[in-house]
This record gives sequence, C-alpha cells and structure tokens, in this order.
Amino acid sequence: MLSPQLNLYFIVALSFVAALILSVYPLPMDMRWWRPEFVLVVAIYWIFFMPLTISFTLLCALGLFQDLLEGVPFGQHSLGLIIVAYICILSYQRVRNFSIGRQSAWIFVLVGIAQLTDNWVQGMAGRQLSGIQFLYPAITSALLWPVCSWWLNGITHRYHH
Amino acid sequence: MALVIVGLYTDRLEPLREKLAQVVTPFYQITDVPSRVNDWRKDTFVSQADLKLENEALKTELLIHRRKLQQLASLAAENVRLRQLLNASQMLQDTVLIAELIGVSPNPLSHKVIINRGTVDGAFKGQPVLDAFGLMGQVIEVGETSSTVLLISDSTHAIPVQVNRNGVRAIAEGTGDLNSLSLRHVSANTDIRAGDLLVSSGLGARFPVGYPVAEVQQVVRDPGKAFLTVIAKPMARLDRSRHLLLVFENRDQASVPGALSLPTTEPAASAGSSSSSSAAGAR
Repeated sequence: MLSPQLNLYFIVALSFVAALILSVYPLPMDMRWWRPEFVLVVAIYWIFFMPLTISFTLLCALGLFQDLLEGVPFGQHSLGLIIVAYICILSYQRVRNFSIGRQSAWIFVLVGIAQLTDNWVQGMAGRQLSGIQFLYPAITSALLWPVCSWWLNGITHRYHH
Repeated sequence: MALVIVGLYTDRLEPLREKLAQVVTPFYQITDVPSRVNDWRKDTFVSQADLKLENEALKTELLIHRRKLQQLASLAAENVRLRQLLNASQMLQDTVLIAELIGVSPNPLSHKVIINRGTVDGAFKGQPVLDAFGLMGQVIEVGETSSTVLLISDSTHAIPVQVNRNGVRAIAEGTGDLNSLSLRHVSANTDIRAGDLLVSSGLGARFPVGYPVAEVQQVVRDPGKAFLTVIAKPMARLDRSRHLLLVFENRDQASVPGALSLPTTEPAASAGSSSSSSAAGAR
C-alpha cells in the first residue's frame, strides 16, 4: 500500500489525465462551445483542496501540455490557468465556506476570466470571435462544479484518510 | 505571456510542436475508442438478412458505376487526344491514400481534424485532403503516425476555385461556419449564380485541378458595394465524413504546367539579362 501522501498525488495526477482526455473528447462541431473547461475546473478544485502545496510551475506545464493537445498557440491555457490560480490562492479562505451554489457562481466568474484570456490569444492568432458564445463554457463549467466537487470529495475522503 | 508572443509571431516553436505531436496521439486514440467499439458492434452484430440486402444494394450500385466507367474510358481517351492536339501536358490520375478520422480539434474557433496517417505513410505538409463528396482541406501538421488537417471552412483558410459552368476564377475563403464559404473580390458584373458548382482551379499549385469544392447558395448584388457577396456551401461533409482521402499528385511528371514553368524561368531571370534573353531565344 502506498503512503497517504503519495496516494493523494496519484489521485491528483489521475484526475488531471481524465480531465485532459475529456477536454479532447470528440464532440459534434456545433456542440464544441458547450464543452466545460474540465482541466481548469479540476485545477481549481485541487487549489481549494490544498492551496499551499500547488506549484505554479507545474500548472504552467499542465497548461502547455493542454495547448499541445488541443493544437492552440503555446501559452494560451497556461496564461488562463495561472491567472485563475492566483485569484484562487487569494480567495480560497472565503470561497471554501461558501454554499455550493455560490461556489458555482464563483466558478462561472473564474472560468469566464480564463475564457477572456483564451479568446484574446485566439484573436491575436487571427480567429476573431463575435458574440457572447465564449461564455458558454463558463456556464457549463459552473453547472459541472457541484458534480465534480462532490465526486472528487468522495474519492479523496475514501482513499486519502 | 512571452511564450504566447514568440509562438504567435515567429515559427521557432514549430519544430518543438512537431516533435511533441507524438505524445498527443495516444490521447486521441483513447477518445476514439467508443466510436471504434460502435463500428465493431455494427460490423459484428448484424443479421444475415441485413447483410443480404446491403449486398444486393451494393451490387446494383456497382453495375451502375460500371456502366458509367465504360463511357468514362472512351471520354478519357478522347480528352487525352484533344489535349495532344492542343499541345497541352497530359492529365494524370492522382493516387490517393485512405485515412481515418481519429479526432476533432476541441477549440471551437478552429476547424481542424486529426487523422491516423503521418510521415510513415508519406503524408506531408500542405497535402490536399478529400472525402467522397469534395475537397475537405489540407494537412498542416504532420506527426509520425497522425496529422492535423485544416478544413476549408476554417476562418484562416482560402482556396482558389473556378465556376464549373464558365471557368470564372475566384478565391473561396472559410468563414468559421461549417456550412458556408465566401468568395472574395468577385466584381459586380461577374456571371455567377446560385446553384453553380465551384471546383478547385489548381492555381497556387497546392490543390489539384477539378475537385468539387462548394456550391453557390446565394449571390447578393448590393449597388453600394464594389464586389458581390457570394456565399457557397462546401460539397464535402466536413462534420460527418470519417474516411478521408489523402491525395498524392504526380507532380514530377508535369501534371501542372503552371507549377513547372515557375522554377525554369526564375533562375534564368536572376542570372542576368543576357542569359535570360538567350534562354528565351532558345525556347
């Protein structure tokens, strides 16, 4: 049996791999706007769970890997992840005590910020966006949050303690 | 931040991306598993009656195509004779390689798909990609066993086309919408109408000549604008086709006269005026 600490790192790594797979799972072309930002939501969960052990360098590497995976300009997801992670580090003490609904609303804001930087980079790459579509992932991510946090809570409580 | 700018405005990160493309392939193979299982299920659990019916339908279709092929042989021969009369180079058959779609780009702003062919199969950057109905796009990134295809509907893609009816040339640009391309700089008195078939013109020497690209849907003549607004619908089923064709042009055997004349004239012109004039005289 692994030590509890190692066990937890294993769960973290596994959850990120699952999130990365979900983030490239093929969807119909028109449905792609509704895909939640799985990696970002999982990252936010772990930052709230253990805010003092999260490494910005690793987050940056994770973002770069996601960029590679999705074939978008290098740095796009890293930028969003780092900005959101910083806000999370500043605010985790308050947000942890929120009800699940208010947490979801907070997730909506955070993912919305990440979407803004994403689309700013996409705009620089020559793919201009029109309309409010870029907020769809923020909506679905907010809806995903209760499920995701409940599920990850279950797993960590079962295997960590 | 600096990384974003370096990546966007220079191409220094390109080799890195090409090398790391290999790491990415397993992810797309994993996400492809459900559709593979579905294909396997469809192939395995099928009743004999259905198979018989399908066989029957395919036989009929084959017969129809055979009849068309008989005519085609004589037409092709006639075409070659006429081209010889015109002193033009011969049209050669393009060879193709069948590829299968294994993933769709998750970025909703870009229209890219990932296919299961790479450098080991001979795929190369800029290679044209077709499906059964028309031109789909071109290969933009090649890994060892997979590559990325940019679809013609992507907002950063443009393709030279001509109207099949009368040969009017234009450039069809992607709009970021799967079902429409727009034609750029078509002057207001051009003979083009809804229902016209646009085929690839072969100018630019990237796409081969004569593959169907799109069908004109709407032509708007606005007196206040210098150009027509022409919207066309791609013929290829960009969001449905799973089996694609990679085209290998037999370019070294003079299939595209425009592509060949370029390298022969340019060195002569750069060598100096006297030599270029002598070269022209020799020709």
